[in-house]
Amino acid sequence: MARTTNPACRSLEHVVSRRSIVHGFGAFGGAAGLAGIAGHGLGLCGGLAASTAIAETVRAGGKRVLVIFLHGGVSQLESWDPKPGTDTGGPFRAIPTSVPGVHVSELLPHTARQMHRLSIIRSLDTRNGDHARGQREMTSGRDQPAPLDYPHLGAVVARTSAPAGFSLPGHILVRGGGGGAGTSAYLGPRYAGVVMEDGQPPAHTARPDALSAEADRRRSLLRSRMNDRFAGRRRTADTDAYTQSYDQALDLLEQRHVFDVTRESQRDQDRYGPHEFGRHCLLARRLLEHGVPFVQVNHSNYDTHHENFDFHIEQLGEFDRPFATLIDDLTIRGLLDDTLVCVMSEFGRTPRINDRYGRDHWGTAWSVVLGGAGLQRGAVIGRTNANGTAVEDRPVDHGHLFHTILRGVGVDSHGTFHVAGRDHPIADPAKGPIDELLA
Amino acid sequence: MSESPAIDPTKIREVLAHKHGRPLVSCCWDPRDRFICFGAENSAAEGYDDLLFRLALASAGTPDAVVPCTGGHDSWAWSLAIAPDGATLVSGGYDGRLCWYDLAAAAPRAARAIAAHDGWVRCVRISPDGRWVASCGNDRLVRVWNVADGSEVSRLSGHESHVYHVAWRPDGSALVSCDLKGVVKEWDAAGGACRRDLATAAPLWTYDKQFRADIGGARAMTFRADGAQLALGGMTKVTNAFAGVGQPLVVVLDWTGGEPRLVEAKNSGNGVTWGVAWHPAGFWIGLAGGGGGGWLRFFKPDAADDFHAFKLPANGRCMALAPDATRVAVGMADGSLRVYALHA
Repeated sequence: MARTTNPACRSLEHVVSRRSIVHGFGAFGGAAGLAGIAGHGLGLCGGLAASTAIAETVRAGGKRVLVIFLHGGVSQLESWDPKPGTDTGGPFRAIPTSVPGVHVSELLPHTARQMHRLSIIRSLDTRNGDHARGQREMTSGRDQPAPLDYPHLGAVVARTSAPAGFSLPGHILVRGGGGGAGTSAYLGPRYAGVVMEDGQPPAHTARPDALSAEADRRRSLLRSRMNDRFAGRRRTADTDAYTQSYDQALDLLEQRHVFDVTRESQRDQDRYGPHEFGRHCLLARRLLEHGVPFVQVNHSNYDTHHENFDFHIEQLGEFDRPFATLIDDLTIRGLLDDTLVCVMSEFGRTPRINDRYGRDHWGTAWSVVLGGAGLQRGAVIGRTNANGTAVEDRPVDHGHLFHTILRGVGVDSHGTFHVAGRDHPIADPAKGPIDELLA
Repeated sequence: MSESPAIDPTKIREVLAHKHGRPLVSCCWDPRDRFICFGAENSAAEGYDDLLFRLALASAGTPDAVVPCTGGHDSWAWSLAIAPDGATLVSGGYDGRLCWYDLAAAAPRAARAIAAHDGWVRCVRISPDGRWVASCGNDRLVRVWNVADGSEVSRLSGHESHVYHVAWRPDGSALVSCDLKGVVKEWDAAGGACRRDLATAAPLWTYDKQFRADIGGARAMTFRADGAQLALGGMTKVTNAFAGVGQPLVVVLDWTGGEPRLVEAKNSGNGVTWGVAWHPAGFWIGLAGGGGGGWLRFFKPDAADDFHAFKLPANGRCMALAPDATRVAVGMADGSLRVYALHA
């Protein structure tokens, strides 16, 4: 305790850093604004009526973004832009979707029935085939950013969309393989991604077994009294922030159940399936229902240089049903109107099939899927040529996508963040949103 | 009647190179030595009729030597089998269908197409007596059909992952199957019961923890002529499933039990064993293809290594032995079908 109130420990950065060490993450703010939601017992009973009522409460708090990141680079030809019967098309057929005239790969039968709630961009030309660069570009909206130059989309959404007093992390990564947490760059550690590794609660959010609840309460009371005594003589903004961080952490510990997907009904767990990605999609629904502004779920892996078709059967076989169930649930629960969903990768895969039945890295003509919030539904933006080797209409890239996602959740993407005396454009000023995709 | 040449794999030489153009995915040699049939990745130019072909060996090299086998699949014809009398070709495709063709017809067209599996048909094999055709696929089923009329004989369930290959014991007494995880089952083909699980070919399967995916399965499987051994081809020691970093492997199982014997391709680089055949001169032939290029490998039943390996000009994807065992055909990723003589 003496160290935590050491008057020499003055910098906000140090305070935040120590908070991160103590609690395993540093991206939460405000008071326990969702305590009431926790009190509703969301997910414990799985009751739709209760969930809908809570969804109305959550909607009042702001819009949210869900990114499903298919790590390694999903093949657009085996997913959103099939080219059957061509030299590049591979063995799978195209199937109709719930949008007349729009087809997707036969590997996505459940998702096909949700396409009237989603839109496809088939004209991404990101001119990149490097994994790390692709991850950074797609999630920062900038061209070739250095690792810490620009904040991850999650940090931007957490900063712009978290309601006042929101006490859960605003930027959560449910990591099932793939890359790590997104950087918050100049926005500060408060908005950095909090990782739920393999869907487990963030580290250090449980009271140690050796510490009884009563001892914990008394310890907190002692800290509070010492803080008050110190503040009475040498109160500063930094000490206030420090004190607040502890209060926030305590609030968060009270809400640890939010991260526990096993509290969802058995029926829902069965609907989403027993495998990892199914559990993670259900966890994403739970986090969104509790108002978390940005959730990213990684699904790994799609880097199929070898036996692309076998692996896409396996991976998209995992992806399809839980994702479709999630879209259906968000719709039924009234959350899709305020939740923007994006399925992206770092790039697509080559139209050319290599001599090992694989497809390689390809950023020249590929696809992403978006839906919900302020976006058109059932649209197809852009077009590739007959065998998918080039964009023929409406080329766009990560910069346009970044603007579009932010605009879709009501953020002025041409605005700026004012941080530490400097203005930082929220998105690439040289780009703009895909206007025809905005509702 | 001419005398058969002395078989010597070390004298292997190319005797035919048919340039099809599109990469090949399957091939099968007519038991009457008239044709080789092959499946190819489809192309925009020819649409769905550009999937399965018949090459007449007698006229190879002439414009009329190759004709398409039409009207069956709308996806790649992944596995082919020809009845022992040479009358019927049966193909299985990614589209889940089995298709029947009159092999000797001037323009073969599917006489029958049935929805055999939910998803990819990975293998078709006709019984030694020519009565039945067994198929397997991603629906985890093995199914047995009458060759004569396409009616179902039995449906064999019990595998817990995609079924990659089937093989008939040469005396027709048993049907075996192998799945993604190397589980090998012996079936009563008529009755539908699983008789036993053979020693598992587990070295053929890996769960890649980094990429979070399974890789494995028998990509080839066949019996020794006397039925005493079963050889399964695939990949082992996988360190990067998605880049295909692993060793081509043949697993040899004794029919009467015992531990499996592993024959790795030690000198052919990364890849998969895509074909395996027993040669009546007393050795196995394996076809390896992958990052290390294409190789034909030759090894004895009791050996742990090749006694000869032959580098192919491109990755091999499928292999068929001629009925007189003097030649072997390889379908390649470069769009060629090449035939090699196994003698001087």
